[in-house]
Amino acid sequence: MNLTLHVWRQKGPNAPGKLETYDAHNVSPDQSFLEMLDEVNEGLIRKGVEPIAFDHDCREGICGMCSQVINGVPHGGQDRTTVCQLHMRSFKDGDNIFIEPWRATAFPIVKDLVVDRGNLDVIIQAGGYTSCHTGGIADGNALLIPKPEADYAMDAAECIGCGACVAGCPNGSAMLFTSAKVAQLAVLPQGKAEAAARVNNMTEALKDCGFGNCTNHYECQASCPKGINVKFIAKLNREYLKAIAS
Amino acid sequence: MILDGKCPTGPIEKTWDKHRFDLKLVNPANKRKYKVIVVGTGLAGGAAAASLGELGYQVEAFCYQDSPRRAHSIAAQGGRNAAKNYPNDGDSIYRLFYDTIKGGDFRAREADVWRLAQVSNNIIDQCVAQGVPFARDYAGYLDNRSFGGAQVSRTFYARGQTGQQLLLGAYSALARQIKAGTVKMFPRTEMLDLIVVDGEAKGITIRDLVTGEVRAHVADAVVLCTGGYVNVFYLSTNAMGCSVTAAWKAHKKGAFFANPCYTQIHPTCIPQSGDHQSKLTLMSESLRNDGRCWAPKKQGDNRKPGDIPEEDRDYYLERKYPSFGNLAPRDIASRAAKEQCDDNRGVGPGGRGVYLDFAASIKRLGEHTIRERYGNLFEMYEKITDENAYKQPMRIYPAPHYSMGGLWVDYNCMSNIPGLFVLGEANFSVHGANRLGASALMQGLADGYFVIPYTIGGYLAQTKPGAVSVDHAECKRSVEEVNGNIKKLFSIKGKKTVSELYRALGKVMWENVGMARSDASLKTALKEIPKLRDEFWNNVNVSGEGGDFNQQLENAGRLADFLEFAELLSKDALHREESCGGHFRVEHQMPDGEAQRDDVNFCYAAAWESKGVGNEPELHKEPLKFENVHLAIRSYK
Repeated sequence: MNLTLHVWRQKGPNAPGKLETYDAHNVSPDQSFLEMLDEVNEGLIRKGVEPIAFDHDCREGICGMCSQVINGVPHGGQDRTTVCQLHMRSFKDGDNIFIEPWRATAFPIVKDLVVDRGNLDVIIQAGGYTSCHTGGIADGNALLIPKPEADYAMDAAECIGCGACVAGCPNGSAMLFTSAKVAQLAVLPQGKAEAAARVNNMTEALKDCGFGNCTNHYECQASCPKGINVKFIAKLNREYLKAIAS
Repeated sequence: MILDGKCPTGPIEKTWDKHRFDLKLVNPANKRKYKVIVVGTGLAGGAAAASLGELGYQVEAFCYQDSPRRAHSIAAQGGRNAAKNYPNDGDSIYRLFYDTIKGGDFRAREADVWRLAQVSNNIIDQCVAQGVPFARDYAGYLDNRSFGGAQVSRTFYARGQTGQQLLLGAYSALARQIKAGTVKMFPRTEMLDLIVVDGEAKGITIRDLVTGEVRAHVADAVVLCTGGYVNVFYLSTNAMGCSVTAAWKAHKKGAFFANPCYTQIHPTCIPQSGDHQSKLTLMSESLRNDGRCWAPKKQGDNRKPGDIPEEDRDYYLERKYPSFGNLAPRDIASRAAKEQCDDNRGVGPGGRGVYLDFAASIKRLGEHTIRERYGNLFEMYEKITDENAYKQPMRIYPAPHYSMGGLWVDYNCMSNIPGLFVLGEANFSVHGANRLGASALMQGLADGYFVIPYTIGGYLAQTKPGAVSVDHAECKRSVEEVNGNIKKLFSIKGKKTVSELYRALGKVMWENVGMARSDASLKTALKEIPKLRDEFWNNVNVSGEGGDFNQQLENAGRLADFLEFAELLSKDALHREESCGGHFRVEHQMPDGEAQRDDVNFCYAAAWESKGVGNEPELHKEPLKFENVHLAIRSYK
């Protein structure tokens, strides 16, 4: 199939950006979206045009590096799918495709489709851990964790930290990302000791980093390639209230 | 030179404890005077940086990704081994040790493997404390499953995302230390040289991948945790950014490279669909708990899998290896799959595939159970192939996955360059010629949490902190050299793109140095690789001017190193006139096609010393002694 791409090009964080149009010829339906872009880049290099910069690494949907808004939707809108796992069979011949970077105040653009998501690390550094030391730990089975709680924690822990929730949110909020970590550790016995400090510190960091607040649009859940549920935001709110009350 | 791994002697059960006691210590007040550089933030690097920071050392950690959470350890699916014996099925530290030595086809050091088996249990406890949501049963106890090469269930898992969860555990420990100020993190940086002063590793030269700045960082010790090199085949299950670059730069500065020909070709990956393909995707080994491998009995059988009756199917692993069946180790399962396809009984495009069939398990356990165990893998399979594996068998084919070879290290995980430590997949130490499933995560975390925190002290206690500053002549020379290389890449302005040349290298490597290697194929590779290298340095086109974010430049630099490394890998494969584990020389096989080792002549680790590009490397041997597990023909029948 043949496609017309409209791709956001921007030389650096402070340079003006704009959409450039490129043709993608003879695209195979079995190609992944990023493989299609690889081909386009090969063509650009041969023409002496600087190739499109985009983040990617594992190309199997787990590292969270790839980050593109396709036709207005983070990761392209296929259910539970990252850009790298999106395949060209979901497009048709003659399609116009708009490709843009994550857009959020807290994610400054580095170049073209590449953004700086360092603020997500800052949120985790504020408290997204248990303060256990290396070594001197009791046997793993000394702590019984019923299956439903282990499953709940795992559902939250599936977050790959790609930032699609932020890109999808009209407020540029990282509430789903933050809540997934808060909820995972709040439900597990090993995370309970620090639960109050954690939710306070992480939500404080969220504000400081320039992320917006949550006003229940649920766009985050719709954008999430791992299907992280907004129920974790409710859990974060409960944890937050508990922390205030305690 | 005969190399010495400096392994402790005496009864194997006491070796690690005795060695820990013998190691010199750095007192808590002095620790903060020492600076340690950790390169790579996967399981080994993340765990090491976090643990060393917590001990009080000043740590600087580097990764090429935009966050330490994205290292490729994250993609490991199936699980992590530990000798807990929770299922009461006869496991023990000794059995895990034995299985790993045997699984590695008797080409690993006994003492290193013992230590790995011993600390395996601590790692599970550590990860649980971090909040890693391992699978649990309804009573709340940790659940286990089975992996290849073992007859016990010792694999702990978190759905099909075990690597992700363990890495996020290490990443959270690292985040805590970054917050505490003990670790300074440098994401989006790539190590492009090792700085060696008076024979000791004292720093690295990096390129800031955002600004393009090249600069030196100095420290009292350098820890490389930079993963493996199977992207030398172009198509592999590794992430796009995985490369040999950091290890290769260290090699060129004097570090020995051991057993580069030991590469693991994983049996269950999604077959290639076309020339456009940029990487291959693994389907976890855990699937072989419930999936049965088969190929049609008749050659060229084009019927749909569902139309092929039982009597026309060859469940070749169950037939050939009745006692391990579908859980035969990876090297053996891969070769068996290739054998079926070479016999014109393969399925799918080009006949390069076999079936992994879940029908029997779905019938026995119900689709719900299979979905709960492997749902995310089936989903991934469907996204890539557009086929529903609940309704029809998966098609799979072997693909490059892991490298058992790596930089040579002694028992302390220190290379032959004092002060340069190498952990995880980047070193050569514990997997011999074949790694067992669920052992990579175990090794990365063992090295990072429970080995380096002790052994690095033994080295630092004997060095003066802060001996070298960034103004040192060696640092300046290194920065100039790296800048010179970058300038050279830009100046070529040739006609071929980096990926065209990369694909060409991959083709040479896969066809000649892949699953089956012969004297003739290896000599072909050794003729083709220098030609490609010349073409690269005369005709590559690296766009842009440098100075900022430039992915073509990054790829060009990594390919330049692979073009040198590929030659060493092929030379090692040519010199090793035996078959063992993942290294299969067609000249050396048993009458039934199994690998034939030559313990008289090759029971050693081959550590190569660089003599400059284009010159013959020098071989150093470290003899391997087996005092606990006796050398025997490895059988899974």
